[in-house]
Amino acid sequence: MATIPAAKIRFREPQIEMAHGAGGKASRRLVEGLFAPLLFGASPGPLGDAAQIQINGTRIAMTTDSFVVKPLRFPGGSIGELAINGTVNDLAVSGARAEAIVVTFVLEAGLPTEILEAEVRAMGQAAGKAGVRIAGGDTKVVEHGKADKMYISTTGIGRLLSGVEISPQSVQLGDKVLLSGPIGDHGITILLARGDLDLEADDLRSDTRSVFPLVDSLVQAAGAGVRWMRDPTRGGVATSLNELARDCGHGIVLFEEKIPIRDSVRGACELLGLDPLHIANEGQFLAIVSAELAETALQSLRATPGGEEAHLIGEVREQPESSVLVTTLYGGSRIVDMLVGDPLPRIC
Amino acid sequence: MCLAIPGKIVELDPENTNLALVDVVGVRRKVDLGLLQDEPPVPGDWVLIHVGFAMSKISEADAADQMQTLTMLGEAAAAMEEVRGYGLQEDSPDQYGKGWKQ
Amino acid sequence: MKFVDEFRSPELITKAGEEIRKLADPSRHYRIMEVCGGHTHAIYRFGLKDLLPVNVELIHGPGCPVCVLPMGRIDDGLALAAEPNFIFAAFGDMMRVPGTNGSPLEYKARGMDVRIVYSPADALKLARNNPGKHVMFFAIGFETTAPSTALTLVRAKAEGLLNFSVFCNHVTIIPAIRAILDSPDMRLDGFVGPGHVSTVIGCRPYDWIAKDEGKPVVVSGFEPLDILQSIVMLLRQLRNGEAKVENQYKRVVPWEGNRAALRAMAEVFELRPYFEWRGLGFISQSALKIRASYAQWDSEQRFTVPGVRVTDPKAAQCGEVLKGVLKPAQCKLFGRECTPEQPVGALMVSSEGSCAAYYNYEHRKPVTIASAAAF
Repeated sequence: MATIPAAKIRFREPQIEMAHGAGGKASRRLVEGLFAPLLFGASPGPLGDAAQIQINGTRIAMTTDSFVVKPLRFPGGSIGELAINGTVNDLAVSGARAEAIVVTFVLEAGLPTEILEAEVRAMGQAAGKAGVRIAGGDTKVVEHGKADKMYISTTGIGRLLSGVEISPQSVQLGDKVLLSGPIGDHGITILLARGDLDLEADDLRSDTRSVFPLVDSLVQAAGAGVRWMRDPTRGGVATSLNELARDCGHGIVLFEEKIPIRDSVRGACELLGLDPLHIANEGQFLAIVSAELAETALQSLRATPGGEEAHLIGEVREQPESSVLVTTLYGGSRIVDMLVGDPLPRIC
Repeated sequence: MCLAIPGKIVELDPENTNLALVDVVGVRRKVDLGLLQDEPPVPGDWVLIHVGFAMSKISEADAADQMQTLTMLGEAAAAMEEVRGYGLQEDSPDQYGKGWKQ
Repeated sequence: MKFVDEFRSPELITKAGEEIRKLADPSRHYRIMEVCGGHTHAIYRFGLKDLLPVNVELIHGPGCPVCVLPMGRIDDGLALAAEPNFIFAAFGDMMRVPGTNGSPLEYKARGMDVRIVYSPADALKLARNNPGKHVMFFAIGFETTAPSTALTLVRAKAEGLLNFSVFCNHVTIIPAIRAILDSPDMRLDGFVGPGHVSTVIGCRPYDWIAKDEGKPVVVSGFEPLDILQSIVMLLRQLRNGEAKVENQYKRVVPWEGNRAALRAMAEVFELRPYFEWRGLGFISQSALKIRASYAQWDSEQRFTVPGVRVTDPKAAQCGEVLKGVLKPAQCKLFGRECTPEQPVGALMVSSEGSCAAYYNYEHRKPVTIASAAAF
């Protein structure tokens, strides 16, 4: 059995903090500085949403994710649905159709059975809707207080679609940025559902869903032009695009007026001083598409149920290198960076 | 110190006259009207909200006035240009802006 | 959004930008200070500097209540709340501000009960709902926020709710402006005045800036058109050799201020003889403390405050950046030892601090940007 060469870790922080799990800069430092050198060898290359493996000539994608959400249930969904859709989506944006998922539950002793039952039902339904088989799983129970009611972890495998080769390196100057729909629904819904801010909104719900049907349409219509895809979950569109910019070295310029956002999400962001580009989404994806096929790509999404609000929101340019810039119609612009930790409301 | 957002008073709290439900494009919150007790707002009024308190009533008239001034920006100057083109005015940069309503 | 979207109209913003370019005398270099951190944030968020000619320079002022809070005060607040039955409640702005042993969020990860609140009223509600705990509200802000804290204390007293206290760090804006103008290295032509502070204090408190210092002041709103119109008004005054106080934010700011808000503040607060401002040193009569009549609700009168004084590292040039003498990128620590993720000095800890705003929104911008029209 081959041994992984022991690389030196570059992660200098003495203890793990909340920020390391938030999906932004700190998370990246942990993954690149500790996990990658020890597990993936000295030069692992860019880390995507799913791993690609060849088994007997068949290309398989594999991914894993864990779900820690408070509250467990919220308008538009629950932790169970996030757990299924999240993994289906990670495979989808790697260009794969999810085939099977295994699930691990870490449950807190004292958890009422009806809560567990509700989540398992939700997972079954989400899996059925997404056309993916739940093939097995594992359960552990920990002492009261050691898990926030429940943690769910899902690992999925899928078959890579033909006609799509995605990597940050294939992104070229002039390519366009495609977004499947309005941003911020999930993160703002969760923030409001926690109840600490005393805000209510009737039409706000999580956007959790499988994006595979949209990815499938996209690949069929414009697969040759699809360079890269990502689902902008924790850290939002800004974090996903910053990761891409860093990996490909180009600049990504977004046009603010083209970015779709619901009124109530916008209102909540203005009220709380949050940037919608940093808010988590659970039912959207980003794609970088060649200029020639961008319009075809856009129309393929808009013609697919659930993709009606897709927009071309930006393009790849030489400047600003490795960064993301948002511009306005009147010529003003600002850099948008990755998130550090979770978005916090502000009053100043 | 400065994040404050306009919101519309939807209804006063029947149990507490200091509180009102305020709407910001579909997002709603109870807001304390105590700082406006000298001129309490009523449903339909727009107020400026900061940390859950109404700071001031928003004057639609003043807002409209301001929009008017902004729309006129550059237009008096353009009119001046045209008149100057007729050769009737002295070519003096001080002619810009004097006598504008603020 | 009404009263917001109209003031972000791209056509009118472009027009206002053109007007500024027309008004700016090419033989002059204008240095205009926006006092309030909220304006600093808006200027960067909307990319307004891109619209200004090179000779109209915006200098960021000291109106960031998080930035000017000495680290010792954060240590004090966290020390007070270290008791097992305490809940430390504060605005989101405070959560990542580092104390000597970590920020409130880091204390939370280590087990302290730390809650983010949107309103001091929510902190009071926490006290109502948790009778077995003591809720300590870490209050920050200028005169915009102080009346809300004041009214919350009035309500707490009226309810007799004793498991609630406020650790008061409210500061006042006029002494800060005075400190800026007294600074020998300072050369400013005019001020964009703090719009939301002015909804409380009105426009009269700025009279001395115009009369005694000869600098025009335009009290400004926070939307792009507000800020640009205020700059237009300042440039007009400067062109005409005038120095007066004007109210650009008429739709919201009453010239005389908000009497009810001022009454609430007078009922609950009095001025501290002096207070330390991070980067500016000790300034007299510049901060609020809670009166003896509300002693039960004042964390400082009710509990023993350690009174820690923590000085900033000598290498950090916060004071000079705060006074507008240095630009953020000119500080030796900027972007290296001092970043928003590991802030060394005051101006990096808050997203509206000039160093953080510049770092987050600006410093990697290329010099020329093609507009959306080219897309």
